[in-house]
Amino acid sequence: MTASSKPQIENLTTGSGKLQADTIARWLFQGAAFLVLAVLVWMTVVMAISAMPAISKFGFNFLIDKTWDPIQEQYGGLTFVFGTIASSFIAMLIAVPVGLGIAIFLTEDFLPENVLTPIAFMVELLAAIPSVVYGLWGIFVMAPFIRAFETWMNTNLGFIKIGDKSIFGTPYGPGLFSAGVLLSIMILPTIASISRDVLKAIPKSLRNASLALGATRWETIFRVMLPAASSGIIGACVLGLGRAIGETMAVTMVIGNTPQIDTSLFAPAYTISALLANEFAEANEPLHIGALFYAGLLLFAVTLIVNVFAEIFVRRVSSGRQ
Amino acid sequence: MSSTTTTSNAYQVRNMNFFYGTRQALDGINIDIPAQSVTAIIGPSGCGKSTFLKSLNRIAEAETKVRIDGQISLFGQNIYDPKVNLTQLRRRVGMVFQRPNPFPMSIYDNVAYGPRVFGTKGNLDALVESSLTKAAIWNEVKDKLRTSAQGLSGGQQQRLCIARSLAVNPDVLLMDEPCSALDPIATLRIEELIENLRTQLTIIIVTHNMQQAGRVSQNTLFFNTDESRIGQLVESGLTKEIFFSPKDKRTEDYITGRFG
Repeated sequence: MTASSKPQIENLTTGSGKLQADTIARWLFQGAAFLVLAVLVWMTVVMAISAMPAISKFGFNFLIDKTWDPIQEQYGGLTFVFGTIASSFIAMLIAVPVGLGIAIFLTEDFLPENVLTPIAFMVELLAAIPSVVYGLWGIFVMAPFIRAFETWMNTNLGFIKIGDKSIFGTPYGPGLFSAGVLLSIMILPTIASISRDVLKAIPKSLRNASLALGATRWETIFRVMLPAASSGIIGACVLGLGRAIGETMAVTMVIGNTPQIDTSLFAPAYTISALLANEFAEANEPLHIGALFYAGLLLFAVTLIVNVFAEIFVRRVSSGRQ
Repeated sequence: MSSTTTTSNAYQVRNMNFFYGTRQALDGINIDIPAQSVTAIIGPSGCGKSTFLKSLNRIAEAETKVRIDGQISLFGQNIYDPKVNLTQLRRRVGMVFQRPNPFPMSIYDNVAYGPRVFGTKGNLDALVESSLTKAAIWNEVKDKLRTSAQGLSGGQQQRLCIARSLAVNPDVLLMDEPCSALDPIATLRIEELIENLRTQLTIIIVTHNMQQAGRVSQNTLFFNTDESRIGQLVESGLTKEIFFSPKDKRTEDYITGRFG
């Protein structure tokens, strides 16, 4: 073999513009990604700075104080935190079992596939209804039913008391319970459709294995399908909870907007998001604005924590499936 | 366990036709399957051997819409009688699938699944141990019963699935190409296991592997499709006769590798 048989190749270190395009694209996308992060940090900082007058005056007392009095300039967030958590909790209490039921129904073969698919689509469509429409519906359609239900509960179960006050007290109509029920309808599509996707992703072979062992459909669902889907279902529930906590418009329209912590489920209450929506327009004093920002910061923290948990759970499911 | 002797039949199939929706998959199957022995079902792809197997524990109807004519009886009882309790039928007829399908739970819970569903009284630990021992996997897993079954190798998972089926003490074990997803060594272990289980229960195994059918079975059924792609039972008999002196030309062609 002679040296002349070597193929002639071009200098590899010189080259076309391809690499430059890669670099530009990379910076562009990286920039976009970091922009999101920057906005998040910026928002937090702006909120913290605006909340400073209230933070320095009330400190952590804000979290345990029930007073909200713009005239005396005395602000505490406890009633709003309570209203936010309690209304979301009622919503979850209704939406989780119902949503899971829908998800199970839509993944089993009770109905033919060409009937189930439109139903599943309509469930997802529930999520597309603007929340102000939910609020209107809540006031004009749901409220009469709720009031009738509350009256019935008050008459028949009004004797159940904490201390000397009834849990099922005077039927107001607008109140914590109404807000919880409305929220449950709003988060139902999130819980039902994600749970359905998770249940659908479970291999058919597991279902067959259980049936072939002689288990019934229900034993198969409760002993194999739901446990296998559990982390994904928890993720779905936490996402639903996140939406319930942050929901503003519909809740503002039906919760009664009264800053109080009452033993009665039916009493009016207030949530953080409803407070912000109602009072920002008329807040002039720096301390009032600061207190509102402080409350907003609390809401931000709660939703952030809930969403981080959801992300962790959902991630665990998708990695477990590989 | 039923008090059958080796000469009696586990299954009697009479004039059985099988339809997926309107499409016929099996036509006029008549066969007796002897108890306490291994029966292999062989045939080219799409000939209906898995379909036939899945009609024996009525799992086919759990997957899709099917219709079955004729009669299939298990130890003298018609399993397609409307009064039949599917749960009871499937407890007596275990099934091992093509791909290992352990539940995403611990090894122990996998084996205990059936007994728990049926509320079986008695010592669950002992039952789990004896089932795993029968499936020849006890020694490999006895120190990690509480760990996830999905950490096991494919061959171990398949033997675990066999143990899971054995835990409810079935009379019949259906195996749908149980080794097709396994390597040769894992396959050999399953075959040894089948050989050991033969005296205790009736085994019906669908296989693509002719050598495997020859090694593990006493009887063989050869399925094939006719001109209209409907599966039929071409020939049945003792495995050694089917393999060494097939009566039907199609059986001979298939066994000698001329098609399939």
